Amino acid sequence: MKWGKEGAFRGVLLIGTLVIGLIVFAILLSLLWGSLPVFKALGWRFFPGKNWNPVTDNFGALPFLLGTLITSFLALIISLPLSLSIAILLGEFLRVGRGSSFLKSMVDLIAAVPSVIYGFWGLMILVPLMRNIEIKLGVAPYGVGIMTASIILSVMIIPNTASIAREVIKLVPADLKEAAYSLGATRYEVVRKVILPYARSGIFAGVLLSLGRALGETMAVTMVIGNANEIPKSLFAPANTMASVIANEFTEATGDIHYSALIAIGITLFFVTTVINLIGRYGIKKLAIEE
Amino acid sequence: MTEKGLKVRLMKDKLFKFIILSLSIISLAPLFLILFFVFERGLKVINWSFLTQLPKPVGVAGGGISNAIVGTLMLIAIACLVAVPLGIAAGVYLSESKKTKIAYFTRLTVDVLQGTPSIVIGIIAYLWIVLPMGKFSALSGGIALGLMTLPLVVRGSEEVLKLIPHDIREASLALGVPRYRTILKVIIPAGIPGIVSAILLGISRIAGETAPLLFTAFGNPFMNLNIFKPVNSLPLLIFNYAMSPYEDWQTIAWGASVVLILIVLGGNILSRIVVRKWQVQF
Repeated sequence: MKWGKEGAFRGVLLIGTLVIGLIVFAILLSLLWGSLPVFKALGWRFFPGKNWNPVTDNFGALPFLLGTLITSFLALIISLPLSLSIAILLGEFLRVGRGSSFLKSMVDLIAAVPSVIYGFWGLMILVPLMRNIEIKLGVAPYGVGIMTASIILSVMIIPNTASIAREVIKLVPADLKEAAYSLGATRYEVVRKVILPYARSGIFAGVLLSLGRALGETMAVTMVIGNANEIPKSLFAPANTMASVIANEFTEATGDIHYSALIAIGITLFFVTTVINLIGRYGIKKLAIEE
Repeated sequence: MTEKGLKVRLMKDKLFKFIILSLSIISLAPLFLILFFVFERGLKVINWSFLTQLPKPVGVAGGGISNAIVGTLMLIAIACLVAVPLGIAAGVYLSESKKTKIAYFTRLTVDVLQGTPSIVIGIIAYLWIVLPMGKFSALSGGIALGLMTLPLVVRGSEEVLKLIPHDIREASLALGVPRYRTILKVIIPAGIPGIVSAILLGISRIAGETAPLLFTAFGNPFMNLNIFKPVNSLPLLIFNYAMSPYEDWQTIAWGASVVLILIVLGGNILSRIVVRKWQVQF
């Protein structure tokens, strides 16, 4: 009798656990199944295809692959100096105290603000600003476009890199730093020659997680990127990312192939973010730090 | 010569400090700008009727966001019904059997689920629920949000339960209490504050999610309490009104943004308070 209850309890826990595995497995299967028609119709031409035309059922994913890659990497480049500065400030200069915990909560707050609000703010404040800048630069003043989306994204991904880099910078052994100080090194030299090399792999893991977030980010990007289904001609031109084209067209998809093409973009996005996230998480687990 | 070299090095050090400090300020500036604009433009819209009335057509003054607030609450409730039981069961399992193969694969799948872009979760809820039912519904939106919180609940409860010392478990077992009762009556109660905090954090994350709702909950200009019909939600309303060309609607979107930020912040702060006040320290 007692063993029965024990067994039932274990069984419930096990089922709950297995269901999660099944869900992820089913997600993969559903996406594969959903994207099948477009591959049947177009084959592998889908990925390098440059045109996206629902009217003629001709779908090529290249504009969106490029759009996602360019916005994400641009965002990483803009945000890396910023997030690294915060990480060095919190991990080395200001480790404890009120200022430190205030700064930490502010960084957490960046991550907590919903992405639709970033998009709304970007649309109302940043887009007009960018338009003025673009007029001064002498390029076509769209306001919306890749650069605007990348700037918004770069702010949104600061917390991912900053919080992980902060933890690894804190993990640098005091002996090493003190040895460098005792040789007469300045703080800058300690950070540059001791801390950053030691924390390199952890910072890299943080950057990967930021990248994972940037690739999949939908709302903020959709609202400010301009939604043009073509290969971007310049950094200021309107474009579309994988996530934003799904957000824009999924409810209005015309015909099965169109649906299937959008799902195929979804599964591509799923694979890319999963690989990047898993590498990043593996890196963090190896360092045995908590997020 | 060395005197000069030293000066240069000290200059570099000062410059470095200056750069670090200014870049840190620059990275926080957008946050303050966003909060400033949202509150400056949104606070003046908010009053009692804004929170309790339904949206009005363009051109008619007034109108509120009550349907979106109710919709958001409904979606959160459905999401919790999906994520909480499943998440806690898996969390307990993972903390009890740390090194089995099943545990290893489950952790992997939880990582995958956590990294899955929200728009992809939306596609899944569409394929699984909207297509078979033939219509958009609160249920599909709630399940999409549930899938997004699930990893947070699993990880939160696993981490918390792992930290509970062995002494407590052994004390209970030594009294002849069966293993399952030990888990139910000793281990889980000791971990409840941490689990609640993880759930609150999950809620504050999904409260602001828009992408998975675009083609599941879909939005609805009317009040709806039926889970089989489309509902509005705060982030959906902000998105739709923000993209509209009407200034009235954009003003309402600023007001809704304030309400949404307060909900998200509230969830975050509450989740910290729960841990600080209730968590038993071992």
